[in-house]
Amino acid sequence: MDLIIGLTVNGLATGMLIFLLAAGLTLIFGLMSVLNFAHGGLFIWGAYTGVWSFQMTGSFIVGIIIAIITGLLLGLVTERLIIRPVYGNHIQQILITLGFMLVLQEFIKVVFGPDQKAVFPPEILQGSFLVGDIVLIKYRLFIIAVGLLIFIVSSFILKRTRVGLIVRAGVMNKEMVQSLGINIKLVFMLVFMVGSGMAALSGILHAVYSGVIYAEMGLEFSILAFIVVVIGGMGSFSGSLFAAILVGLAQAFMAYYVPALSLAVNMLLMTVVLIFRPQGLFGKG
Amino acid sequence: MNSLLELNQVEAHIQKFHILQGINFGVKKGGVTVLLGRNGAGKTTTLRTIMGLNQVSKGTIRFKDEKINDLPPHKIANLGIGYVPEDQGIFGELTVGENMRVAMKKEDEETTRRMEWVLELFPDLKKFWKKPGGALSGGQKQMLAIARAYVNKNELLLIDEPSKGLAPIIVDKVTESIEQMKENTTILLVEQNFMMASKIGNQFFIIDDGKTVHEGQMEELKNDKGLMKKYLGIS
Repeated sequence: MDLIIGLTVNGLATGMLIFLLAAGLTLIFGLMSVLNFAHGGLFIWGAYTGVWSFQMTGSFIVGIIIAIITGLLLGLVTERLIIRPVYGNHIQQILITLGFMLVLQEFIKVVFGPDQKAVFPPEILQGSFLVGDIVLIKYRLFIIAVGLLIFIVSSFILKRTRVGLIVRAGVMNKEMVQSLGINIKLVFMLVFMVGSGMAALSGILHAVYSGVIYAEMGLEFSILAFIVVVIGGMGSFSGSLFAAILVGLAQAFMAYYVPALSLAVNMLLMTVVLIFRPQGLFGKG
Repeated sequence: MNSLLELNQVEAHIQKFHILQGINFGVKKGGVTVLLGRNGAGKTTTLRTIMGLNQVSKGTIRFKDEKINDLPPHKIANLGIGYVPEDQGIFGELTVGENMRVAMKKEDEETTRRMEWVLELFPDLKKFWKKPGGALSGGQKQMLAIARAYVNKNELLLIDEPSKGLAPIIVDKVTESIEQMKENTTILLVEQNFMMASKIGNQFFIIDDGKTVHEGQMEELKNDKGLMKKYLGIS
């Protein structure tokens, strides 16, 4: 039983990290119909700038804030310079964002050096709790709490505020939103920035979780995020949370019981979903 | 200022097709101006072009003497033009209330008063306030689309084929609502249903092959069988 709970906590923590990355991706796709392969680049920039400022100041909160600001600013630049010229053309979007992803990845090496860097959690989040015979690692619980908090706040904004209604309406009918006097380009830009900020937050949290950062991890991790978006349904926020938890749990359990299949299980999940429900579990047909 | 809205030699393309080839008309303040013409004549494209949803390739569009054909759609809407598209543009997954909330530019006294008025006019919207827009009947969707355009203090409403696909009893209701709205707002209406158009219209323009070919008062048209047959196919 202790093992099952331990693996579940691991899976949930991984799932929340993937959710933070996938949520931005799915919002960007849902509203703007943009396939953003540069998302992993924003993730690593969040990881590196966050870790750097954390190590410089000794404050993890400052690290998180700097990571999010980096994500927001890079999101602004990416949307204005890279995405805006290729709206409506998926092939061009894939090519240019993949190219930009590689630029962001290589630029990390220029700024922070090519070597892997070790990262340690802040003192307050080190160690574990003992609940009965079950060991619960503090940092993993912290990630789960942050992921849930982001999901609850984002869902509240999307469902209860006018800004959220505008974003949801924009996903359904952009022309009509504009005809009601709303600047949809500004909404696009803000959504892109928020999505990028979430990717960067995921980056710093993952950096501390894995204990090591390297430039290529953005691409590796963003593949998981794309799998989650496909399983959950393109454009579905709740679908991303569900699929991220599913992928996180599948990976955690497989890594323990059948390690050789721990990576393949996600591909397998995606394939099964694509065969039986091509629009994703929560996607609209 | 002669007209609230004025189109001068407006031309527009959709992809490689030259749809509007010279649209000229002015909409006077007050009342209902009707754009008539056969299917495919360019009426819907004209409304979309006024809203900035299609680019003007030649000519000018002026609203309250200000040239608007280079403005993006949201700026045109914020000048005081409301739009009810042919497909109604309902946000299907949002409730009726949420559809209205997205449309409301302000939450002041004036807007609240207009909201109350429009809900009195269309009680079904109040009844189905929490129902998703996509689950409404065709007539209810049309009411919601009109209510959404009317809730803000727009000086001009562009309404595209409000009777399309509706049962006669609902058409009567929509007609009655437009008649009431025209007391406070100028309306530019595209309508294939001549009975409806002639009942509420004051002036008309006929569009044929992307050009305005005739204009006049609705009363004259009702008595001109030749013109009706030639451009509208009504005998």
